[in-house]
Amino acid sequence: MKYVDEYRGEAEAKRFLELLRRKVTRPWTLMEICGGQTHTFMKFGLDRMLPEQVTLVHGPGCPVCVTPVEMIDRAVAIARRPEVIFTSFGDMLRVPGTGDDLLRVKASGGDVRVVYSPLDAVELARKHPDRQVVFFAVGFETTAPANAMAVRVAKLSGVANFSVLCSHVLVPPAMEAILSAPGNVVQGFLAAGHVCTVMGFEEYEPIAEKYRIPIVVTGFEPLDLLEGVYRVVVALEEGRHGVENQYARTVQREGNRHAIETVHEVFEVGDRAWRGVGFIPASGYKLRPAYAAFDAVTRFDVESVRADENAECIAGLILQGRKKPPECSAFGTRCTPDHPLGAPMVSTEGACSAYFSYARARS
Amino acid sequence: MSERHPGEALRHLACPIPATEHEHVLLAHGGGGRFSQRLVEGMFLEAFDNPALARLHDGAVLDLGGARLAFSTDSYVVSPMFFPGGDIGSLAVHGTVNDLAMCGASPLALSCGFIVEEGLRMEDLWRVVRSMGSAAAAAGVPIATGDTKVVDRGKGDGLFVNTSGVGLVPKGISIDPARARPGDVVLINGPIADHGIAILSVREGLEFETAIVTDSAPLHRLVARLLDALGDDVHVLRDPTRGGVASAMNEIAKSARVGIRLDERRIPVRDEVRGACEILGFDPLYVANEGKCLAIVARERAEEALAVMCADEFGGQSAIVGEVTDGPAGQVVLRSRVGGDRVVDLLSGEQLPRIC
Repeated sequence: MKYVDEYRGEAEAKRFLELLRRKVTRPWTLMEICGGQTHTFMKFGLDRMLPEQVTLVHGPGCPVCVTPVEMIDRAVAIARRPEVIFTSFGDMLRVPGTGDDLLRVKASGGDVRVVYSPLDAVELARKHPDRQVVFFAVGFETTAPANAMAVRVAKLSGVANFSVLCSHVLVPPAMEAILSAPGNVVQGFLAAGHVCTVMGFEEYEPIAEKYRIPIVVTGFEPLDLLEGVYRVVVALEEGRHGVENQYARTVQREGNRHAIETVHEVFEVGDRAWRGVGFIPASGYKLRPAYAAFDAVTRFDVESVRADENAECIAGLILQGRKKPPECSAFGTRCTPDHPLGAPMVSTEGACSAYFSYARARS
Repeated sequence: MSERHPGEALRHLACPIPATEHEHVLLAHGGGGRFSQRLVEGMFLEAFDNPALARLHDGAVLDLGGARLAFSTDSYVVSPMFFPGGDIGSLAVHGTVNDLAMCGASPLALSCGFIVEEGLRMEDLWRVVRSMGSAAAAAGVPIATGDTKVVDRGKGDGLFVNTSGVGLVPKGISIDPARARPGDVVLINGPIADHGIAILSVREGLEFETAIVTDSAPLHRLVARLLDALGDDVHVLRDPTRGGVASAMNEIAKSARVGIRLDERRIPVRDEVRGACEILGFDPLYVANEGKCLAIVARERAEEALAVMCADEFGGQSAIVGEVTDGPAGQVVLRSRVGGDRVVDLLSGEQLPRIC
């Protein structure tokens, strides 16, 4: 299969691993930002193939994991309303709020539906003018253009019974939060290729400069990741910092201008809480005043919903690369995909879920 | 009459799955993963409690004074009822024929139960019924008895079909998940995940560049040829329907207290199906099949088994995909395309399409 098979060859993987072994002379700790990358590492068993000097820690790049628990509770409160058709991408449905998750709301009578595109939700609103259709607009910069487009289409075509529960987060502020935190262990980043496909990587250049750290924009296939690790390690060994682009088949420095313009038309940067990590200034998107009528929080008056994290869950430390999932005392016992304490165990891109699914028993 | 311990009666009154855990049944309880397993083992096995059911095979094998009768039932709630390459009727016939075949039985007859929602188009019902008739005739297994119920509009999803079936297990054949033993070889009769992706493509309105059709097919003739050739050296047969190959392998590994090692490079998956799975974030190992058979056979007969399966109408792309190992017990491990190892676990709930 083109663009997949050529990035999954065993011989090529061995070649990168050999190059890496020859290059690495001392321990390095790298962070892959994106949960999709974490899963590729675990799903293909790459984590155990790397030289022992290379330690990978897992970043906050799972949109499901970092969506604040109060936002899940707002989603649950809205989805319970009889007039609402609540739509979401699939992997948000299982994430626990304080009490319920969306799948349980569905089982107890709520009209909760999976959609594959936010535009499907707009279409649903057109088909059901007597209902309120809400889309859970979650994600990093990757999903922002499509979500912005849905709001724009709804406004332009007068679909007034559509709204979004907006919970977008941005990568660069999170990287800075990690690098500037006391006790940071991250020495190099594999940046998330899909985010950079939209936004480019100009924003990362000042970060690389300020913290004198190598950042390699990396794809999601096994060979992408091995090459990404290799390039970060080479830079570290040679004392270089800066941004490199491993994912050049998709990513350009300036990103996708059309997508960025659509995002900026509908969204503006705002402060945002990250589940498990806490409040990060200017780290998310919110609807611009011109599109405020499409904000589900005000439409359904759920602004006041507040919630506390499960005290036992160390998701914040996991998402900042301070701890690995097996180091959590609840991992695999009190916290499993069937009974998650936090989002990293339930999300398909969560680090805890990756360890539980692919590596638990073998360790 | 011996006196029962007071706790014994109470034991049967208390639901072993506490209501506080799941106040309502979730779709995941029917998804073939860990939730399904917990429902079946925690609730049904507990309440029904008998050795035939406890084997948790695709059907029960009952000893009727020397003759061994395989007995199986399954319900089909697929939506939509017509999908690329098949429909709910032919699926129901193939499903029960295959469940019987996976017990090593020659299917003798089927029953069918229709639960029809008021308002279903008569033409649609007629299409399904004709399709069932054709599928049963092609399989050579008559639908010998049946039942019809009509429920109020809004209380069904158009049409649900239940099929049950009986068949005879030949002498000397003992197909049982618990018979997988270290050294055995795992085979499959062709590419996986076609059915699940075909259904998804129409149910969710996804349009893939290539039309992906269900693999729904009757496998009893393939199984009969395999048993004729290898006899008792066929240890386990299993059709990886809901929950896919991963769940079937996990169930067998757990039953037989063995390990299973799969090789990703040997597991056939059509390119278009792999592509659809990549887009959705699905692992083909967990996607449903309706015309696939996993066979676990003695190592020394593996090549012979492969030749028999390849010669069958529904086995042209059969492959040896793995082996049974001596441990760790209950664990399925996959050697990935790039040479790394990972655990293949039961899913928690259903696979859900990812955000990005």
